[in-house]
Amino acid sequence: MKILVCISNVPDTTTRIKIAEGNASIDTTGIQWVINPWDELSLTRALELKDDKATGVSTVTVAHVGLPSSEPTIRKALAIGADDAIRVNAESSDAYFVAAQLAEVAAKEGFDMILCGIESSDFNGSAVGGMLSEFLGIPSVSGVSSITFEAGIPVLTREIDGGREAVTVPAPFVAVVQKGIAKEPRIAAMRGIMLARTKPIKVYEPVPVEALTRVESFEKPAPRPACIFVDPANPAQLIDLLKNEAKVI
Amino acid sequence: MEQKILKSGEFLTAETDPKDIFIPEEFSEEQRMIAQTCRDFLEAEVYPNMVNLEKGDRELMKDILKKAGELGLMGISIPEEFGGFGQSFVTQMLTAETTGAGYSFSVAYMAHCGIGTLPIMYYGNKYQRENYVTRLATGELLGAYCLTEPGAGSDANSGKTNARLSEDGKHYILNGQKMWITNAGFADTQVVFAKIDTDRVLSAFIVERIYPGVAVGPDEHKMGIKGSSTAQIYYTDVKVPVENLLGKRGEGFRIALSILHMGRLKLGANVLGAAKKAITDSVKYANERKQFGVLISTFGAIKHKLAGQVIRLFAAESAVYRASHDVDRMMEMIKGDCGDYGRTAIEAISHYAVEAALLKVYGSEMLDFVADEAVQIHGGMGYSAELDVERGYRDSRINRIFEGTNEINRLLVVDTAMKRAMKGEFDLFGKAAALWSDLENAASRAAEGEDYFAEKKRYISNFKKAILICIHGASEKFGKQLINEQEVLNNISDMMMETYVAESLMLRINKMESMGSGSAVYRDILDVYVYDAADLIRKSACDAINSFADAGMLPSLKLASEKLTAVRGLDVKDARRRIAGKLIEDNLYKF
Repeated sequence: MKILVCISNVPDTTTRIKIAEGNASIDTTGIQWVINPWDELSLTRALELKDDKATGVSTVTVAHVGLPSSEPTIRKALAIGADDAIRVNAESSDAYFVAAQLAEVAAKEGFDMILCGIESSDFNGSAVGGMLSEFLGIPSVSGVSSITFEAGIPVLTREIDGGREAVTVPAPFVAVVQKGIAKEPRIAAMRGIMLARTKPIKVYEPVPVEALTRVESFEKPAPRPACIFVDPANPAQLIDLLKNEAKVI
Repeated sequence: MEQKILKSGEFLTAETDPKDIFIPEEFSEEQRMIAQTCRDFLEAEVYPNMVNLEKGDRELMKDILKKAGELGLMGISIPEEFGGFGQSFVTQMLTAETTGAGYSFSVAYMAHCGIGTLPIMYYGNKYQRENYVTRLATGELLGAYCLTEPGAGSDANSGKTNARLSEDGKHYILNGQKMWITNAGFADTQVVFAKIDTDRVLSAFIVERIYPGVAVGPDEHKMGIKGSSTAQIYYTDVKVPVENLLGKRGEGFRIALSILHMGRLKLGANVLGAAKKAITDSVKYANERKQFGVLISTFGAIKHKLAGQVIRLFAAESAVYRASHDVDRMMEMIKGDCGDYGRTAIEAISHYAVEAALLKVYGSEMLDFVADEAVQIHGGMGYSAELDVERGYRDSRINRIFEGTNEINRLLVVDTAMKRAMKGEFDLFGKAAALWSDLENAASRAAEGEDYFAEKKRYISNFKKAILICIHGASEKFGKQLINEQEVLNNISDMMMETYVAESLMLRINKMESMGSGSAVYRDILDVYVYDAADLIRKSACDAINSFADAGMLPSLKLASEKLTAVRGLDVKDARRRIAGKLIEDNLYKF
């Protein structure tokens, strides 16, 4: 079984996001880029499945749509343990564009299980996984929090309202995974870091696809107003504030 | 283009081109990845366990060290043939820096990887390396280093631990006591220093914890680094196989000193990580805590502190990686002469003894300053044991004591540089005498059209001249007794530290600009640093001059020291506000 993990290159989660002049893009100066946390957990689970010989997972490949500047993030994935990587040489514009590019390379290379993080920590679109399965014409399961193998067949567990649902699905399929799929992201070991430079990164040029959306502008949320403390001995003030200021009662 | 390698201490008399130094902005992708692995490890394994580690859970510390070993973090300094990853000294220092944010874990880890493992790597024979180093490099074995004794601290050669050859010639029988041994509670191997028979000098032995007669005392109750095991170890008729003599008989003191040079350099890197953590904690708190209706990070007094932390750390970091790269280049240069990797590495490290001592003192005092300000910025909360800054404050203090006290190291900075010059490694005394003979014209004046860096270079060149004049005056006055004038040596040592760090900072920012990665805020850091350093150097020079100069020379020496430490006035308030501004905006240390 061959697994493909789709990875996105996102600003480190501690980054203070600045909007560039003109409000149409993010100022990327000084940003440290990392693997999208959901994708990193997907990769970790994929590697755990490969480590378990009973699953029959033979290779774990990562795929990314991005310019050469994103290669350090790809190499980090290789250092963590992915066997090889694919980069589609294009700036990722919107989810439709990214899904179309990923579908192209996935179809070309052929995978049995494709893992996508449920969202990315930059734009939180939550759309690539579903679109990718549509492009490929294969089933997708979303909100997957666990992947195990029973008698050689992958069992996906989904978080549903009030409980969990276990499903099986014929390969090939897309699993859109959420946090919980792996306990902690795997840390790149020294040996993995050394090996990463020898692992192949295949570069494909993008197929012509028009993005369906365009960012018009970004704006930051208004700063939170100061917290008002009400003396417990003065409930009338609380009622007044809720009624006249917050206007919730 | 060929790069020039300065000898240890030669910075006093030579100029360095920015292209000849290494700066952190040049870390490779692989080096950054290794550092990230260290950070990830601290986040995943160390910080969540810090409270239990501090309560003295030694098994937990052992487990965490083993996990670090599984990740390969214990093999960074070890060549591949002995199970490691053969990384450069710069990478080793980067690892030391990054793990330095790990509080007492860092102490245990560094003791294992450095003084616990490297004596065997550097001085061991093939059998010793294959038998011990390969297993220390993976964390299968954990190591300790046993030099200090109740009566032998700074005077390490006065130890009483004794080894005598057994009648059958197969063992050394070891008797004695060691104290302040890091990792004592669980270390499997100990590098123990002892005198064979009636030798006047030490020898070194590899002792296994399981040998009958080795007894470990209870852990000491310490002010800080409570998570690391520190105890006494007693040796009673311990039979150590003769093949476990490390190096040659009588080579122990040399091994001990060489390993201390290495430890001092690594400590210089280690404190950087701890300081970065303390600064990030400080700014995050300052950006959350409100008083008088506004964030305390908007107050000038807090900005002053935040900027002060950044300036000293950034400057220390510049000096640490400059020296680290010098070690790498020296290794490259001498490897043909030494042949063996281990001997090459320790020869190159030992060569930079002046810089090692200097960085140890400067770095440990930088961290104490940063950690102290971190507590102060947190106000009352900084005094609470719930916050990391309180732990950081306690843990910082030991750095001024171990790896040779700062008092010993201050003396070494000057004494070693002078000895190296006397051996003819560079011309210190000739240049010093020439300056002395023409004090009136000693200070370089501004050239017409002098640019920003030329001006800074001139200031630093003048600082160096002030040092040379003090070395000449003190040597003339005290002769061979100078070693007993510790206060004067301290004055000169302080001048040397400030100058080496200022020069490293200037070279770094110059190189950053040539790489296109500089910005105005880095010039602010350099401006404030040099402005402050000039004052410190002037004070130290005056103190030294007042101690050695006779009445006739005093006025001209004082005038010379004034001229040699004169720098342009600066609105330090605004410069510091700009530096703090970047820190506050980033909300973490990201310079």
